[in-house]
Amino acid sequence: MTLHAVVRSRVSEQFTLDVSIDTPPGITILFGASGSGKSTLLRAIAGLLRPDAGRIAVGERTLFDAAAGVCLPPQRRSIGYVFQHLALFPHLTARANLEFGLHDVPPAERLVRVDDIAQRFHIDRLLERRPTQISGGERQRVALARALVTDPGVLLLDEPLSALDHATQTRIIDDLREWNRARRIPVLYVTHAHREVFALGERVVVLERGRVLASGTPHEVIDLPVHETIAQLAGFENLFSATVAGRRPEGGVMQCRLGESATELEVPLGVADVGAAVRVAIRAGDILLATEEPRGLSARNVLRGTLASLSPQGTTVVATVEAGERFVVHLTAGAVDSLGLRTGMPVWLVVKTHSCRIVWL
Amino acid sequence: MSGGIDWQAIALSVRLAVVVVSILLVLGTPLAWWLTFRRKRWTFLVEAVVALPLVLPPTVLGFYMLLAMGPHSPLGRAWDALTGHGLAFTFEGLVLASLFYSLPFVVQPIATAFAQLDRTILEASATLGASPWRTFTRVTLPLSRDGLLTAAVLGFAHTLGEFGVVLMVGGNLPGVTRTVSISIYDQVQAFDLAAANATALLLLGVSFAALAAVYAVLRKPWAVAPIA
Repeated sequence: MTLHAVVRSRVSEQFTLDVSIDTPPGITILFGASGSGKSTLLRAIAGLLRPDAGRIAVGERTLFDAAAGVCLPPQRRSIGYVFQHLALFPHLTARANLEFGLHDVPPAERLVRVDDIAQRFHIDRLLERRPTQISGGERQRVALARALVTDPGVLLLDEPLSALDHATQTRIIDDLREWNRARRIPVLYVTHAHREVFALGERVVVLERGRVLASGTPHEVIDLPVHETIAQLAGFENLFSATVAGRRPEGGVMQCRLGESATELEVPLGVADVGAAVRVAIRAGDILLATEEPRGLSARNVLRGTLASLSPQGTTVVATVEAGERFVVHLTAGAVDSLGLRTGMPVWLVVKTHSCRIVWL
Repeated sequence: MSGGIDWQAIALSVRLAVVVVSILLVLGTPLAWWLTFRRKRWTFLVEAVVALPLVLPPTVLGFYMLLAMGPHSPLGRAWDALTGHGLAFTFEGLVLASLFYSLPFVVQPIATAFAQLDRTILEASATLGASPWRTFTRVTLPLSRDGLLTAAVLGFAHTLGEFGVVLMVGGNLPGVTRTVSISIYDQVQAFDLAAANATALLLLGVSFAALAAVYAVLRKPWAVAPIA
Protein backbone atom coordinates (compact mmCIF):
# COMPACT_ATOMS: atom_id res chain seq x y z
CA MET A 1 0.00 0.00 0.00
CA THR A 2 1.31 3.37 -0.99
CA LEU A 3 0.70 6.67 0.73
CA HIS A 4 -0.31 9.21 -1.85
CA ALA A 5 -0.46 12.83 -0.76
CA VAL A 6 -1.09 15.95 -2.78
CA VAL A 7 -1.38 18.77 -0.30
CA ARG A 8 -1.79 22.47 -0.71
CA SER A 9 -2.14 24.43 2.50
CA ARG A 10 -1.68 28.12 3.07
CA VAL A 11 -0.12 28.29 6.51
CA SER A 12 0.58 32.02 6.63
CA GLU A 13 0.93 35.04 4.36
CA GLN A 14 4.49 34.04 3.55
CA PHE A 15 4.25 30.27 3.63
CA THR A 16 2.26 27.84 1.56
CA LEU A 17 2.84 24.11 1.62
CA ASP A 18 2.49 22.75 -1.90
CA VAL A 19 3.72 19.19 -2.30
CA SER A 20 2.94 15.93 -4.01
CA ILE A 21 4.56 12.75 -2.71
CA ASP A 22 4.09 9.04 -3.20
CA THR A 23 5.49 6.93 -0.41
CA PRO A 24 5.73 3.19 -1.01
CA PRO A 25 6.14 0.75 1.91
CA GLY A 26 9.46 1.19 3.70
CA ILE A 27 11.14 4.11 5.40
CA THR A 28 11.11 7.46 3.60
CA ILE A 29 13.00 10.36 5.11
CA LEU A 30 11.36 13.75 4.95
CA PHE A 31 14.31 16.06 5.09
CA GLY A 32 14.47 19.83 5.39
CA ALA A 33 15.31 22.78 7.57
CA SER A 34 12.90 23.87 10.28
CA GLY A 35 10.11 25.85 8.68
CA SER A 36 10.31 23.92 5.42
CA GLY A 37 6.88 22.40 5.96
CA LYS A 38 7.76 18.89 7.16
CA SER A 39 5.55 18.93 10.24
CA THR A 40 2.73 20.68 8.39
CA LEU A 41 2.72 17.86 5.84
CA LEU A 42 2.64 15.21 8.58
CA ARG A 43 -0.23 16.98 10.34
CA ALA A 44 -2.19 17.16 7.10
CA ILE A 45 -1.71 13.43 6.50
CA ALA A 46 -2.76 12.60 10.07
CA GLY A 47 -5.85 14.81 9.82
CA LEU A 48 -4.71 17.28 12.49
CA LEU A 49 -4.79 20.04 9.91
CA ARG A 50 -7.17 20.47 6.99
CA PRO A 51 -5.40 21.43 3.75
CA ASP A 52 -6.96 23.93 1.37
CA ALA A 53 -6.70 21.60 -1.57
CA GLY A 54 -5.41 18.20 -2.61
CA ARG A 55 -6.00 14.53 -1.97
CA ILE A 56 -4.55 12.09 0.55
CA ALA A 57 -5.02 8.35 0.19
CA VAL A 58 -3.52 5.15 1.55
CA GLY A 59 -3.86 2.51 -1.15
CA GLU A 60 -7.45 2.74 -2.34
CA ARG A 61 -8.66 4.38 0.86
CA THR A 62 -9.26 8.12 0.54
CA LEU A 63 -8.57 10.08 3.72
CA PHE A 64 -8.93 13.54 2.29
CA ASP A 65 -10.24 14.85 -0.99
CA ALA A 66 -10.88 18.57 -1.18
CA ALA A 67 -12.74 18.32 -4.49
CA ALA A 68 -15.08 15.60 -3.18
CA GLY A 69 -15.45 17.25 0.23
CA VAL A 70 -14.00 14.23 2.04
CA CYS A 71 -12.01 14.81 5.22
CA LEU A 72 -11.82 11.95 7.72
CA PRO A 73 -11.12 13.00 11.31
CA PRO A 74 -7.79 11.75 12.74
CA GLN A 75 -9.43 9.00 14.80
CA ARG A 76 -10.76 7.36 11.63
CA ARG A 77 -7.57 7.52 9.54
CA SER A 78 -5.63 4.66 11.13
CA ILE A 79 -2.36 6.55 10.93
CA GLY A 80 0.28 6.09 13.60
CA TYR A 81 1.89 9.33 14.70
CA VAL A 82 4.96 9.67 16.93
CA PHE A 83 5.21 13.28 18.05
CA GLN A 84 8.45 15.18 18.50
CA HIS A 85 7.90 15.39 22.24
CA LEU A 86 6.24 11.97 22.20
CA ALA A 87 2.95 13.09 23.84
CA LEU A 88 2.72 10.03 26.07
CA PHE A 89 -0.21 10.10 28.50
CA PRO A 90 1.49 11.12 31.76
CA HIS A 91 -1.35 9.82 33.96
CA LEU A 92 -1.19 6.30 32.52
CA THR A 93 1.34 3.50 32.86
CA ALA A 94 3.32 2.39 29.82
CA ARG A 95 0.93 -0.56 29.49
CA ALA A 96 -2.16 1.67 29.61
CA ASN A 97 -0.50 3.95 27.04
CA LEU A 98 -0.09 0.97 24.70
CA GLU A 99 -3.64 -0.27 25.38
CA PHE A 100 -5.18 3.15 24.73
CA GLY A 101 -5.52 2.64 20.98
CA LEU A 102 -6.91 -0.90 21.41
CA HIS A 103 -10.10 -0.12 23.35
CA ASP A 104 -12.33 -1.89 20.82
CA VAL A 105 -10.12 -4.99 20.73
CA PRO A 106 -11.22 -7.92 22.99
CA PRO A 107 -9.18 -7.95 26.25
CA ALA A 108 -7.48 -11.29 25.56
CA GLU A 109 -6.25 -10.18 22.16
CA ARG A 110 -5.30 -6.79 23.56
CA LEU A 111 -3.03 -8.47 26.09
CA VAL A 112 -1.34 -10.56 23.39
CA ARG A 113 -0.75 -7.58 21.12
CA VAL A 114 0.62 -5.35 23.87
CA ASP A 115 2.97 -8.07 25.10
CA ASP A 116 4.13 -8.81 21.56
CA ILE A 117 4.94 -5.19 20.66
CA ALA A 118 6.53 -4.62 24.09
CA GLN A 119 8.93 -7.49 23.44
CA ARG A 120 9.81 -6.27 19.97
CA PHE A 121 10.69 -2.85 21.33
CA HIS A 122 12.30 -4.16 24.54
CA ILE A 123 9.98 -2.41 26.97
CA ASP A 124 8.31 -5.51 28.45
CA ARG A 125 9.97 -4.97 31.84
CA LEU A 126 8.73 -1.42 32.35
CA LEU A 127 5.09 -1.72 31.34
CA GLU A 128 3.80 -0.96 34.84
CA ARG A 129 5.72 2.32 35.12
CA ARG A 130 4.61 5.81 34.25
CA PRO A 131 6.33 7.91 31.56
CA THR A 132 8.07 10.04 34.21
CA GLN A 133 9.64 6.93 35.76
CA ILE A 134 11.52 5.73 32.66
CA SER A 135 14.44 7.08 30.61
CA GLY A 136 14.24 9.19 27.44
CA GLY A 137 15.13 6.26 25.20
CA GLU A 138 12.53 4.07 26.91
CA ARG A 139 9.88 6.76 26.51
CA GLN A 140 10.77 6.87 22.84
CA ARG A 141 10.25 3.12 22.58
CA VAL A 142 6.90 3.32 24.37
CA ALA A 143 5.75 6.07 21.99
CA LEU A 144 6.77 4.00 18.95
CA ALA A 145 5.13 0.87 20.32
CA ARG A 146 1.95 2.79 21.21
CA ALA A 147 1.62 4.01 17.61
CA LEU A 148 2.44 0.61 16.08
CA VAL A 149 0.35 -1.67 18.29
CA THR A 150 -2.81 -0.34 16.62
CA ASP A 151 -1.55 -1.74 13.29
CA PRO A 152 -1.74 1.59 11.42
CA GLY A 153 -1.74 1.84 7.62
CA VAL A 154 0.99 4.49 7.72
CA LEU A 155 3.49 5.53 10.38
CA LEU A 156 4.51 9.18 10.76
CA LEU A 157 7.50 10.15 12.90
CA ASP A 158 8.24 13.80 13.66
CA GLU A 159 11.92 14.03 14.62
CA PRO A 160 11.39 11.53 17.41
CA LEU A 161 15.03 10.67 18.05
CA SER A 162 16.54 14.15 17.96
CA ALA A 163 16.94 14.37 21.75
CA LEU A 164 18.69 11.00 22.16
CA ASP A 165 22.35 10.06 22.07
CA HIS A 166 23.76 8.38 19.00
CA ALA A 167 23.97 4.84 20.39
CA THR A 168 20.38 4.89 21.69
CA GLN A 169 19.18 6.28 18.36
CA THR A 170 20.88 3.49 16.45
CA ARG A 171 19.35 0.74 18.60
CA ILE A 172 15.85 2.18 18.26
CA ILE A 173 16.28 2.62 14.50
CA ASP A 174 17.32 -1.03 14.23
CA ASP A 175 14.17 -2.12 16.05
CA LEU A 176 12.02 0.08 13.85
CA ARG A 177 13.58 -1.34 10.70
CA GLU A 178 13.16 -4.87 11.98
CA TRP A 179 9.49 -4.18 12.62
CA ASN A 180 9.07 -2.55 9.20
CA ARG A 181 10.55 -5.62 7.49
CA ALA A 182 7.69 -7.69 8.93
CA ARG A 183 4.97 -5.06 8.38
CA ARG A 184 5.53 -3.37 5.06
CA ILE A 185 3.75 -0.05 5.55
CA PRO A 186 4.91 3.39 4.45
CA VAL A 187 6.92 5.08 7.20
CA LEU A 188 7.48 8.82 6.83
CA TYR A 189 10.32 9.95 9.05
CA VAL A 190 10.95 13.67 9.51
CA THR A 191 14.43 14.83 10.37
CA HIS A 192 16.90 17.60 9.76
CA ALA A 193 19.90 15.56 10.93
CA HIS A 194 21.81 14.31 7.91
CA ARG A 195 23.23 11.36 9.84
CA GLU A 196 19.73 9.90 10.20
CA VAL A 197 19.17 10.14 6.44
CA PHE A 198 21.90 7.60 5.77
CA ALA A 199 21.20 5.49 8.85
CA LEU A 200 17.54 5.04 8.07
CA GLY A 201 16.25 6.01 4.72
CA GLU A 202 15.54 3.84 1.77
CA ARG A 203 14.30 7.01 0.14
CA VAL A 204 14.56 10.67 0.93
CA VAL A 205 12.30 13.58 0.05
CA VAL A 206 13.85 17.02 0.48
CA LEU A 207 11.51 19.90 1.33
CA GLU A 208 12.31 23.55 1.13
CA ARG A 209 9.92 26.42 1.76
CA GLY A 210 6.93 24.16 1.36
CA ARG A 211 8.01 22.48 -1.87
CA VAL A 212 9.65 19.21 -2.82
CA LEU A 213 13.19 20.04 -3.90
CA ALA A 214 14.46 16.57 -4.68
CA SER A 215 13.64 12.95 -4.00
CA GLY A 216 15.35 9.60 -4.50
CA THR A 217 17.75 7.35 -2.61
CA PRO A 218 19.86 9.12 0.01
CA HIS A 219 22.97 8.91 -2.13
CA GLU A 220 21.25 10.19 -5.23
CA VAL A 221 19.92 13.18 -3.36
CA ILE A 222 22.57 14.07 -0.83
CA ASP A 223 25.73 13.27 -2.76
CA LEU A 224 24.68 15.49 -5.60
CA PRO A 225 24.01 18.68 -3.71
CA VAL A 226 22.75 20.67 -6.63
CA HIS A 227 20.97 22.94 -4.27
CA GLU A 228 22.32 25.01 -1.44
CA THR A 229 19.75 23.74 1.09
CA ILE A 230 20.77 20.18 0.42
CA ALA A 231 24.46 21.09 0.64
CA GLN A 232 23.99 22.73 4.01
CA LEU A 233 21.82 19.96 5.31
CA ALA A 234 24.11 17.28 3.94
CA GLY A 235 27.01 18.56 5.99
CA PHE A 236 29.04 20.69 3.60
CA GLU A 237 30.68 23.00 6.10
CA ASN A 238 32.30 25.15 3.40
CA LEU A 239 30.00 27.05 1.10
CA PHE A 240 31.52 29.83 -1.00
CA SER A 241 30.03 32.35 -3.38
CA ALA A 242 32.10 32.13 -6.52
CA THR A 243 32.33 33.27 -10.13
CA VAL A 244 33.21 30.99 -13.00
CA ALA A 245 36.58 32.34 -14.22
CA GLY A 246 37.34 29.85 -16.95
CA ARG A 247 36.19 26.56 -18.47
CA ARG A 248 38.23 23.67 -19.82
CA PRO A 249 35.64 21.23 -21.16
CA GLU A 250 38.34 18.97 -22.60
CA GLY A 251 39.73 18.46 -19.09
CA GLY A 252 36.25 18.23 -17.51
CA VAL A 253 37.06 21.08 -15.14
CA MET A 254 36.52 24.77 -14.66
CA GLN A 255 38.11 27.51 -12.56
CA CYS A 256 36.08 29.38 -9.96
CA ARG A 257 37.16 32.56 -8.20
CA LEU A 258 35.96 32.66 -4.61
CA GLY A 259 34.08 35.78 -3.51
CA GLU A 260 36.05 39.04 -3.88
CA SER A 261 39.37 37.30 -3.29
CA ALA A 262 41.98 36.23 -5.81
CA THR A 263 41.69 32.63 -4.61
CA GLU A 264 40.77 30.25 -7.39
CA LEU A 265 39.66 26.64 -7.19
CA GLU A 266 39.57 24.05 -9.91
CA VAL A 267 36.20 22.33 -9.76
CA PRO A 268 34.36 19.72 -11.85
CA LEU A 269 32.88 21.12 -15.06
CA GLY A 270 29.30 22.32 -14.70
CA VAL A 271 26.80 23.88 -17.08
CA ALA A 272 27.56 27.41 -15.81
CA ASP A 273 29.10 29.89 -18.28
CA VAL A 274 32.14 32.04 -17.64
CA GLY A 275 31.14 34.94 -15.41
CA ALA A 276 28.18 33.05 -13.89
CA ALA A 277 27.66 33.22 -10.13
CA VAL A 278 27.76 29.80 -8.48
CA ARG A 279 28.28 28.33 -5.03
CA VAL A 280 31.09 25.91 -4.26
CA ALA A 281 30.55 23.37 -1.47
CA ILE A 282 33.37 21.42 0.20
CA ARG A 283 33.14 19.06 3.18
CA ALA A 284 35.49 20.04 6.02
CA GLY A 285 36.74 16.47 6.18
CA ASP A 286 37.76 16.50 2.51
CA ILE A 287 40.40 19.23 2.94
CA LEU A 288 44.01 18.34 3.78
CA LEU A 289 46.16 20.68 5.83
CA ALA A 290 49.96 20.95 5.51
CA THR A 291 52.54 23.04 7.39
CA GLU A 292 54.92 23.19 4.40
CA GLU A 293 54.13 23.77 0.78
CA PRO A 294 53.30 20.34 -0.61
CA ARG A 295 54.77 19.23 -3.95
CA GLY A 296 54.20 16.35 -6.28
CA LEU A 297 50.50 15.98 -5.54
CA SER A 298 47.73 14.91 -7.85
CA ALA A 299 45.40 17.37 -6.13
CA ARG A 300 45.04 20.49 -8.24
CA ASN A 301 44.11 22.97 -5.55
CA VAL A 302 46.85 24.02 -3.14
CA LEU A 303 46.05 27.21 -1.27
CA ARG A 304 48.29 29.18 1.04
CA GLY A 305 46.69 30.57 4.17
CA THR A 306 46.93 31.34 7.86
CA LEU A 307 45.59 29.13 10.64
CA ALA A 308 42.96 31.33 12.30
CA SER A 309 41.53 29.10 15.03
CA LEU A 310 41.53 25.61 16.50
CA SER A 311 38.65 24.32 18.60
CA PRO A 312 38.24 20.73 19.79
CA GLN A 313 34.74 19.27 19.34
CA GLY A 314 34.63 15.77 20.72
CA THR A 315 37.27 13.66 18.96
CA THR A 316 37.53 16.15 16.08
CA VAL A 317 39.39 19.44 16.03
CA VAL A 318 37.71 22.12 13.95
CA ALA A 319 40.28 24.44 12.34
CA THR A 320 39.55 27.59 10.42
CA VAL A 321 42.01 28.82 7.85
CA GLU A 322 42.10 32.27 6.27
CA ALA A 323 43.00 31.76 2.61
CA GLY A 324 41.21 34.54 0.80
CA GLU A 325 38.04 33.01 2.17
CA ARG A 326 37.64 31.34 5.54
CA PHE A 327 37.83 27.56 5.22
CA VAL A 328 36.65 25.06 7.84
CA VAL A 329 38.86 21.96 8.12
CA HIS A 330 38.29 18.89 10.31
CA LEU A 331 41.41 17.33 11.86
CA THR A 332 42.13 14.66 14.41
CA ALA A 333 43.63 15.67 17.75
CA GLY A 334 46.68 13.53 16.90
CA ALA A 335 47.28 15.44 13.67
CA VAL A 336 47.14 18.76 15.53
CA ASP A 337 49.79 17.50 17.98
CA SER A 338 52.18 15.94 15.48
CA LEU A 339 52.07 18.94 13.15
CA GLY A 340 52.53 21.30 16.11
CA LEU A 341 49.67 23.47 14.89
CA ARG A 342 49.28 26.90 16.46
CA THR A 343 46.99 29.71 15.48
CA GLY A 344 48.66 32.36 13.36
CA MET A 345 51.07 30.00 11.60
CA PRO A 346 51.16 29.71 7.79
CA VAL A 347 49.52 26.56 6.38
CA TRP A 348 48.62 25.09 3.02
CA LEU A 349 45.22 23.65 2.12
CA VAL A 350 44.94 20.79 -0.37
CA VAL A 351 41.59 20.19 -2.06
CA LYS A 352 40.93 17.64 -4.78
CA THR A 353 38.98 18.89 -7.76
CA HIS A 354 36.23 16.37 -7.20
CA SER A 355 35.88 17.28 -3.52
CA CYS A 356 34.45 20.57 -4.75
CA ARG A 357 30.77 20.58 -5.67
CA ILE A 358 28.96 23.20 -7.62
CA VAL A 359 25.70 24.24 -6.04
CA TRP A 360 23.04 26.30 -7.77
CA LEU A 361 21.46 29.19 -5.99
CA MET B 1 -32.92 32.75 69.29
CA SER B 2 -29.88 33.37 71.40
CA GLY B 3 -26.58 32.12 72.61
CA GLY B 4 -25.70 29.39 70.15
CA ILE B 5 -24.49 28.43 66.79
CA ASP B 6 -27.30 28.60 64.24
CA TRP B 7 -27.07 24.98 63.07
CA GLN B 8 -30.10 25.34 60.87
CA ALA B 9 -28.42 28.14 58.91
CA ILE B 10 -25.19 26.17 58.62
CA ALA B 11 -27.00 23.11 57.31
CA LEU B 12 -28.83 25.28 54.80
CA SER B 13 -25.62 26.92 53.60
CA VAL B 14 -23.87 23.59 53.17
CA ARG B 15 -26.87 22.19 51.29
CA LEU B 16 -26.92 25.25 49.03
CA ALA B 17 -23.19 25.05 48.36
CA VAL B 18 -23.28 21.32 47.56
CA VAL B 19 -26.20 21.74 45.15
CA VAL B 20 -24.68 24.79 43.46
CA VAL B 21 -21.20 23.28 43.05
CA SER B 22 -22.63 20.03 41.69
CA ILE B 23 -24.65 21.87 39.06
CA LEU B 24 -21.75 24.19 38.24
CA LEU B 25 -19.31 21.31 37.71
CA VAL B 26 -21.76 19.68 35.29
CA LEU B 27 -22.50 22.91 33.40
CA GLY B 28 -19.19 24.72 33.90
CA THR B 29 -16.94 21.95 32.59
CA PRO B 30 -18.42 21.93 29.06
CA LEU B 31 -18.54 25.73 29.15
CA ALA B 32 -14.85 25.87 30.09
CA TRP B 33 -14.08 23.33 27.34
CA TRP B 34 -15.94 25.44 24.81
CA LEU B 35 -14.20 28.65 25.96
CA THR B 36 -10.80 26.96 25.65
CA PHE B 37 -11.03 24.74 22.59
CA ARG B 38 -13.79 26.20 20.43
CA ARG B 39 -12.96 29.87 20.46
CA LYS B 40 -14.96 32.12 18.18
CA ARG B 41 -14.44 35.76 17.46
CA TRP B 42 -17.08 36.70 20.05
CA THR B 43 -15.90 34.28 22.76
CA PHE B 44 -14.44 37.19 24.73
CA LEU B 45 -17.99 38.49 25.31
CA VAL B 46 -18.99 35.20 26.94
CA GLU B 47 -15.84 35.36 29.06
CA ALA B 48 -16.75 38.85 30.21
CA VAL B 49 -20.26 37.75 31.19
CA VAL B 50 -18.90 34.75 33.10
CA ALA B 51 -16.41 36.96 34.93
CA LEU B 52 -18.93 39.73 35.79
CA PRO B 53 -19.73 38.42 39.30
CA LEU B 54 -16.05 38.87 40.18
CA VAL B 55 -16.33 42.64 39.94
CA LEU B 56 -20.03 43.38 40.37
CA PRO B 57 -21.34 44.29 43.84
CA PRO B 58 -23.41 41.26 44.93
CA THR B 59 -26.34 43.58 45.57
CA VAL B 60 -26.36 44.62 41.89
CA LEU B 61 -26.35 41.02 40.77
CA GLY B 62 -28.97 40.20 43.39
CA PHE B 63 -31.15 43.11 42.34
CA TYR B 64 -31.29 42.00 38.72
CA MET B 65 -31.77 38.40 39.74
CA LEU B 66 -34.69 39.49 41.86
CA LEU B 67 -36.21 41.38 38.92
CA ALA B 68 -35.66 38.34 36.67
CA MET B 69 -37.40 36.07 39.19
CA GLY B 70 -40.26 38.43 40.00
CA PRO B 71 -43.88 37.38 39.44
CA HIS B 72 -44.10 39.64 36.37
CA SER B 73 -40.96 38.37 34.63
CA PRO B 74 -41.12 35.57 32.04
CA LEU B 75 -38.96 33.38 34.26
CA GLY B 76 -41.06 34.03 37.35
CA ARG B 77 -44.30 33.32 35.47
CA ALA B 78 -42.91 30.13 33.94
CA TRP B 79 -41.75 28.92 37.36
CA ASP B 80 -45.10 29.75 38.90
CA ALA B 81 -46.91 27.84 36.14
CA LEU B 82 -44.62 24.87 36.73
CA THR B 83 -44.59 24.72 40.53
CA GLY B 84 -47.47 26.83 41.74
CA HIS B 85 -45.31 29.30 43.66
CA GLY B 86 -42.85 32.08 42.90
CA LEU B 87 -39.09 31.81 42.59
CA ALA B 88 -38.01 34.76 44.72
CA PHE B 89 -37.47 34.11 48.44
CA THR B 90 -37.26 30.33 47.90
CA PHE B 91 -34.37 27.88 48.14
CA GLU B 92 -34.61 27.25 44.36
CA GLY B 93 -34.30 30.97 43.71
CA LEU B 94 -31.27 31.07 45.93
CA VAL B 95 -29.71 28.19 43.98
CA LEU B 96 -30.34 29.96 40.68
CA ALA B 97 -28.80 33.22 41.88
CA SER B 98 -25.83 31.40 43.42
CA LEU B 99 -25.16 29.62 40.12
CA PHE B 100 -24.44 32.97 38.50
CA TYR B 101 -22.65 34.33 41.54
CA SER B 102 -20.19 31.43 41.78
CA LEU B 103 -19.88 30.70 38.05
CA PRO B 104 -16.45 32.32 37.49
CA PHE B 105 -14.98 30.59 40.53
CA VAL B 106 -15.75 27.22 38.96
CA VAL B 107 -15.30 27.93 35.24
CA GLN B 108 -12.01 29.80 35.45
CA PRO B 109 -9.89 27.13 37.22
CA ILE B 110 -11.23 24.49 34.83
CA ALA B 111 -10.59 26.64 31.75
CA THR B 112 -7.09 27.40 33.03
CA ALA B 113 -6.40 23.69 33.49
CA PHE B 114 -7.67 22.94 29.97
CA ALA B 115 -5.55 25.72 28.48
CA GLN B 116 -2.44 24.36 30.15
CA LEU B 117 -2.86 20.91 28.65
CA ASP B 118 -0.31 19.86 26.05
CA ARG B 119 -2.38 19.89 22.86
CA THR B 120 -0.24 17.21 21.24
CA ILE B 121 -1.35 14.79 23.97
CA LEU B 122 -4.96 15.37 22.92
CA GLU B 123 -3.94 14.99 19.27
CA ALA B 124 -2.12 11.77 20.10
CA SER B 125 -5.35 10.46 21.59
CA ALA B 126 -7.20 11.21 18.34
CA THR B 127 -4.54 9.54 16.17
CA LEU B 128 -4.93 6.46 18.40
CA GLY B 129 -8.57 6.22 17.33
CA ALA B 130 -10.23 7.95 20.28
CA SER B 131 -13.44 9.88 19.60
CA PRO B 132 -13.61 13.44 20.94
CA TRP B 133 -15.73 12.16 23.85
CA ARG B 134 -13.24 9.43 24.72
CA THR B 135 -10.39 11.94 24.52
CA PHE B 136 -12.33 14.25 26.84
CA THR B 137 -13.15 11.61 29.47
CA ARG B 138 -9.91 9.59 29.33
CA VAL B 139 -7.32 12.30 28.73
CA THR B 140 -8.62 15.85 29.13
CA LEU B 141 -10.50 15.34 32.42
CA PRO B 142 -7.93 13.17 34.24
CA LEU B 143 -5.12 15.55 33.29
CA SER B 144 -7.23 18.50 34.53
CA ARG B 145 -7.87 16.87 37.91
CA ASP B 146 -6.20 19.68 39.87
CA GLY B 147 -8.22 22.35 38.09
CA LEU B 148 -11.49 20.49 38.78
CA LEU B 149 -10.59 20.12 42.45
CA THR B 150 -9.70 23.79 42.76
CA ALA B 151 -12.95 24.72 41.02
CA ALA B 152 -15.03 22.59 43.37
CA VAL B 153 -13.45 23.99 46.52
CA LEU B 154 -13.47 27.62 45.40
CA GLY B 155 -17.08 27.31 44.25
CA PHE B 156 -18.08 25.67 47.52
CA ALA B 157 -16.33 28.19 49.75
CA HIS B 158 -17.59 31.12 47.74
CA THR B 159 -21.21 29.95 47.81
CA LEU B 160 -20.94 29.26 51.53
CA GLY B 161 -19.88 32.84 52.20
CA GLU B 162 -22.26 34.79 49.96
CA PHE B 163 -24.28 37.51 51.58
CA GLY B 164 -25.48 40.29 49.31
CA VAL B 165 -27.10 38.14 46.67
CA VAL B 166 -28.84 36.02 49.30
CA LEU B 167 -30.17 39.07 51.06
CA MET B 168 -31.59 40.43 47.81
CA VAL B 169 -33.22 37.34 46.34
CA GLY B 170 -33.63 35.12 49.39
CA GLY B 171 -34.53 37.38 52.19
CA ASN B 172 -34.20 35.91 55.64
CA LEU B 173 -36.50 32.92 56.06
CA PRO B 174 -35.23 30.43 58.68
CA GLY B 175 -34.55 27.02 57.12
CA VAL B 176 -35.38 28.28 53.64
CA THR B 177 -33.12 31.17 52.79
CA ARG B 178 -31.39 32.18 56.02
CA THR B 179 -27.83 31.12 55.23
CA VAL B 180 -24.97 31.24 57.68
CA SER B 181 -23.70 34.67 56.68
CA ILE B 182 -27.21 36.15 57.08
CA SER B 183 -27.47 34.44 60.43
CA ILE B 184 -24.21 35.98 61.62
CA TYR B 185 -25.43 39.39 60.50
CA ASP B 186 -28.67 38.90 62.42
CA GLN B 187 -26.81 37.83 65.54
CA VAL B 188 -24.62 40.94 65.41
CA GLN B 189 -27.66 43.15 64.84
CA ALA B 190 -29.19 41.57 67.96
CA PHE B 191 -25.97 42.23 69.93
CA ASP B 192 -25.54 38.46 70.42
CA LEU B 193 -21.82 38.72 69.77
CA ALA B 194 -21.02 35.39 71.43
CA ALA B 195 -23.30 33.50 69.07
CA ALA B 196 -22.02 35.50 66.08
CA ASN B 197 -18.48 34.69 67.09
CA ALA B 198 -19.19 30.99 67.47
CA THR B 199 -20.84 30.77 64.03
CA ALA B 200 -18.22 32.96 62.35
CA LEU B 201 -15.40 30.93 63.89
CA LEU B 202 -16.95 27.74 62.57
CA LEU B 203 -17.24 29.20 59.07
CA LEU B 204 -13.64 30.40 59.25
CA GLY B 205 -12.46 26.98 60.37
CA VAL B 206 -14.36 25.12 57.67
CA SER B 207 -13.12 27.46 54.93
CA PHE B 208 -9.54 27.20 56.11
CA ALA B 209 -9.70 23.42 56.37
CA ALA B 210 -11.13 23.10 52.85
CA LEU B 211 -8.46 25.31 51.31
CA ALA B 212 -5.67 23.68 53.28
CA ALA B 213 -6.86 20.26 52.11
CA VAL B 214 -6.78 21.40 48.48
CA TYR B 215 -3.32 22.88 48.71
CA ALA B 216 -2.08 19.77 50.48
CA VAL B 217 -3.35 17.64 47.60
CA LEU B 218 -2.03 19.98 44.90
CA ARG B 219 1.41 19.95 46.49
CA LYS B 220 1.68 16.27 45.79
CA PRO B 221 3.90 15.64 42.78
CA TRP B 222 1.60 15.01 39.90
CA ALA B 223 3.21 14.78 36.48
CA VAL B 224 0.80 16.68 34.29
CA ALA B 225 3.51 18.69 32.58
CA PRO B 226 4.71 17.44 29.17
CA ILE B 227 7.81 15.33 29.30
CA ALA B 228 10.83 17.20 28.08
